[in-house]
Amino acid sequence: MTATRTELVPFDRALETYDPVMGLEVHVELSTASKMFCGCSTVFGAEPNTQVCPTCLGMPGSLPVVNGKAVESAIRIGLALNCSIAPWSRFARKNYFYPDMPKNFQTSQYDEPIAYEGWTEVTIETDEGPKAFRVEIERAHMEEDTGKSLHVGGSTGRIHGADYSLVDYNRAGIPLIEIVTKPIVGAGKYAPQVARAYVASLRELVKALDVSDARMEQGSMRCDVNLSLMRKDAEVFGTRSETKNVNSLRSVERAVRYEVERHAGILDAGQKIVQETRHWHEDTGVTTSGREKSDAEDYRYFPEPDLVPVAPTDAWVEELRATLPEPPAARRARLQGEWGYSDLEMRDVVGAGAVDLIEATVAAGATPTAARKWWLGDLARRANDTGAPIDALGVTPVQVAEVQALVDAKRINDKLARQVFDGLVAGEGTPEEIVVARGLEVVSDDGALAAAVERAIEANPDVADKIRDGKVAAAGALIGAVMKEMRGQADAGRVRELILEKLA
Amino acid sequence: MSDGISRADVAHLANLARIDLTDAELDRLTPELTVILESVAQVAEVADADVPPTSHAVPLANVFREDVVTPGLTPEQALAGAPAVEQQRFAVPRILGEEA
Amino acid sequence: MSTIRLSAAEIAARLAAGDVSSADVTQEHLDRIAEVDGDLNAFLALDAEGALATARDVDARRAAGETLHPLAGVPIAVKDVVATEGIATTAGSKILEGWVPPYDAFLTRRLRAAGLPILGKTNMDEFAMGSSTEHSAYGPTRNPWDRDRIPGGSGGGSAAAVGAYEAPLAIGTDTGGSIRQPAAVTGTVGVKPTYGGVSRYGLIAMASSLDQAGPVTRTVLDAALLHELIGGHDPLDSTSIDAPVPPVVEAARRADVSGMRIGIVTELNGEGYQPGVRARFDEAVALLTKAGAEIVEVSCPSFAYALSTYYLVMPAEASSNLARFDAMRYGLRVAPAGVPSPSAEQVMSATREAGFGDEVKRRIIIGTYALSSGYYDAYYGSAQKVRTLIARDFEAAFGSVDVLISPTSPTTAFPLGSKLDDPMSMYLQDVATIPANLAGIPGLSLPVGVTDEDGLPVGLQVLAPAMADDRLYNVGAALERLLVEQWGGPLLSRAPELGNAATSRAASSKEGKA
Repeated sequence: MTATRTELVPFDRALETYDPVMGLEVHVELSTASKMFCGCSTVFGAEPNTQVCPTCLGMPGSLPVVNGKAVESAIRIGLALNCSIAPWSRFARKNYFYPDMPKNFQTSQYDEPIAYEGWTEVTIETDEGPKAFRVEIERAHMEEDTGKSLHVGGSTGRIHGADYSLVDYNRAGIPLIEIVTKPIVGAGKYAPQVARAYVASLRELVKALDVSDARMEQGSMRCDVNLSLMRKDAEVFGTRSETKNVNSLRSVERAVRYEVERHAGILDAGQKIVQETRHWHEDTGVTTSGREKSDAEDYRYFPEPDLVPVAPTDAWVEELRATLPEPPAARRARLQGEWGYSDLEMRDVVGAGAVDLIEATVAAGATPTAARKWWLGDLARRANDTGAPIDALGVTPVQVAEVQALVDAKRINDKLARQVFDGLVAGEGTPEEIVVARGLEVVSDDGALAAAVERAIEANPDVADKIRDGKVAAAGALIGAVMKEMRGQADAGRVRELILEKLA
Repeated sequence: MSDGISRADVAHLANLARIDLTDAELDRLTPELTVILESVAQVAEVADADVPPTSHAVPLANVFREDVVTPGLTPEQALAGAPAVEQQRFAVPRILGEEA
Repeated sequence: MSTIRLSAAEIAARLAAGDVSSADVTQEHLDRIAEVDGDLNAFLALDAEGALATARDVDARRAAGETLHPLAGVPIAVKDVVATEGIATTAGSKILEGWVPPYDAFLTRRLRAAGLPILGKTNMDEFAMGSSTEHSAYGPTRNPWDRDRIPGGSGGGSAAAVGAYEAPLAIGTDTGGSIRQPAAVTGTVGVKPTYGGVSRYGLIAMASSLDQAGPVTRTVLDAALLHELIGGHDPLDSTSIDAPVPPVVEAARRADVSGMRIGIVTELNGEGYQPGVRARFDEAVALLTKAGAEIVEVSCPSFAYALSTYYLVMPAEASSNLARFDAMRYGLRVAPAGVPSPSAEQVMSATREAGFGDEVKRRIIIGTYALSSGYYDAYYGSAQKVRTLIARDFEAAFGSVDVLISPTSPTTAFPLGSKLDDPMSMYLQDVATIPANLAGIPGLSLPVGVTDEDGLPVGLQVLAPAMADDRLYNVGAALERLLVEQWGGPLLSRAPELGNAATSRAASSKEGKA
């Protein structure tokens, strides 16, 4: 951290003087089976240095060969972002020394990216309701990931103060697509939301393309936030900072906000912004200085002589275009129409990450209303309580549809359904099996119910009188008593009928 | 830099290339490099704007491999030549610079 | 009778006929190495055990009636820039001392699959940077014709090994002439195939867009046999040409230049060429004319810029290729003196300072400069454009001739140490060989005699269009036959005898199998 502490200027006040200008660089790890330039596996979490070969270890004499699937993925991402696909592009070497980079150059694309000049649209909540915001894409290019270092010694486990480091090259050479926006201007006070919505939409898009699992928590999607402030009356951009390591949607939003406040503090104090790399700290919500960009930063790019150009034919590009899924925004609009959800309902569904789940639940036979009720109700609550992603609770859309079918058949009620979900989460079998095993089925034997109704009336003569006098609403108290006696395992509707019959 | 290359330039390049040149080497290399670079600089004389660059003599394009996992090295093979190993990883001196 | 003076084709014929065993042939070559290599230092590592094991295996398979590759059982020496699993591979550099690759180069796999016993690894200029093999971290190799002279470079070890009958075959690599120039100054045959003709997988890279492996032999036919074995498509090298190897063996056997148009490159045959070199070259031209070839003079004006172009492209690529030698994953690790708890960065810089020789450092610095921002366009960018001009000159020339010829090297072997302090004059050794690398075309050098002034061998270079490597062999073999007839035997038979005295100490101390 720098010696002098900067006074932060509150976000709203900063916005009175400055307009934020953002540039977002998102790295997406492709979910190919093998690495970018060699046949090593890309599976996450393997034992260290078990997915390596001469090529991804940069051993003398080894050579790269481009993974065709990675190129396909890059083109599909480019197309989905409305980019032009270069009819001829090349890889370049970006030369700099770093122990986690086996060749001491990164094979990347420099001035000849495979996809360039595109755009995408994101929707944010504004004071005037939802508003679409267009983000221009500068380029999407292919490159390779580095190895991972473990810092040993020192107190923090961080690089500073470490005694030495241990490097695992399993990740070295995994294909990355770097997606770079043009400067995002005009977002004003919504800049943090635009940044977040953009990264969220990219995540959704690469998942829909099935090219990446885009798990920010595992680092398979990473975001760098470039930010500068421009005085409202100025015409040129200010000096920017590049904040790395922004690895959750929430952090994207917070990092933009923090940097706006920090820049404004420096500028208001009459000081200059240093162009530098900064690091985001998730825990404390601040950025700290990395290293200054200096003249020493000379990457000596040149075309990678070990590789030949990538020159996709029009036919190939069109073939890939045909494989693109429906754009996420269009798909959401279509599903909302089909399901009859209000805008608010749909936004909640999207926010909960439940679009796919509800689609599958409806496909399995549940009504859209029922599907939404479960996923955004009981199941969303469980996800929230346990911190598990909603699609990893152990409850499948088909099971949800089955539970709803049991409710529709009046074999269980909504309250009992929750116990069925308990059973599903605990892995006790199918909904049907759980109902049987746990004895959850509602009592449909009128004889038993009638006896319980009788006892409830006897125990509550004054309530019974009111009902006899026509105050039907009072039946609730008797229904409650019966349900309690039946331990919930009764159809409340039938109980009500029996009470009313008896007291007619 | 048509006037040749200074000692400071050579020192800067050596730093970029991560070679800890000695003073004696800098003294010797600077004039040598000046001669060599003066001689090779003549390429700029003939390299007209309309001449396309050649990065490969034999033009090929679209050489791809299938996305198939192929056997690599065992960790033992990978680490056999390493100067230092710990926890099945390459042990390297402390890394300066940015936080990873 | 010993087999060491036989050609590879002759040894192969005797092996096939059952006259000799591969184990005996291999042992004879190991004995020869023990006898003469103390003087020459052509080998950096020997693998006697591995070579003999391969030989015995081949003998057993032959005895069992198995169909074998024509060169099965013929021993070979491999330049130390080629990865050989289980045999130390250093590229002549201290920074890789003791490194044992966990994998084989493509061509090593081919050699093993065909059953060629690998005798050992040959000496070379560090990372193939040099034209004299004096830049080896393990001491220079000496020229079998005169031990006070250089054997050429960077592949001086392979050329000397073949020239001194230590091996009938050797592998070389040629980035700017490192196969052809050593062949010329040692009286042997060397071929740089078309770029992409032999996989570069497993060759420790100097300049990726120029490097090419090829055969080093004593006869043109032997070179063709070896070329055919190591050539062909390799999916692990993106620049490998996906086409059959040109019919090189057939061409070497045809050896007929009648009706061919042969061009003499004006720019590669004038000033700066030693008189004896020009005299032998002119006589060879006369022989080709007599054999029915039509000789024409062609001009390739851009060749004047070839050396400059080469000394930008090559160091630029090399500076990047050699960045991996950083003390982190393999090879030397040196701690900087007087620095407590040095950083990775400091260890890298100290190691590269200690591990690289002067010529390597020189080229890395030049290459770093040529690529650095602000200079890229003037240097590397311009050089890539001049490559286009050079390729166009070749294209124009091959529009009117079938092959081009020139002296391989402007001089015969120079005395050891005489050019070490003058890098530019050393670089000039490659003036005639470099254009082929820049344009990716194939080239062959064969001996055409010794000069009157110093009695040292002279090489003639044949160049052909890309993928027309067969033409090299046709012309080379035709000229070789005419010359050998004229001489009454191979040129190498005039080289001084080596060995005799007790000179086996260095060789025997070099048993280098891991």
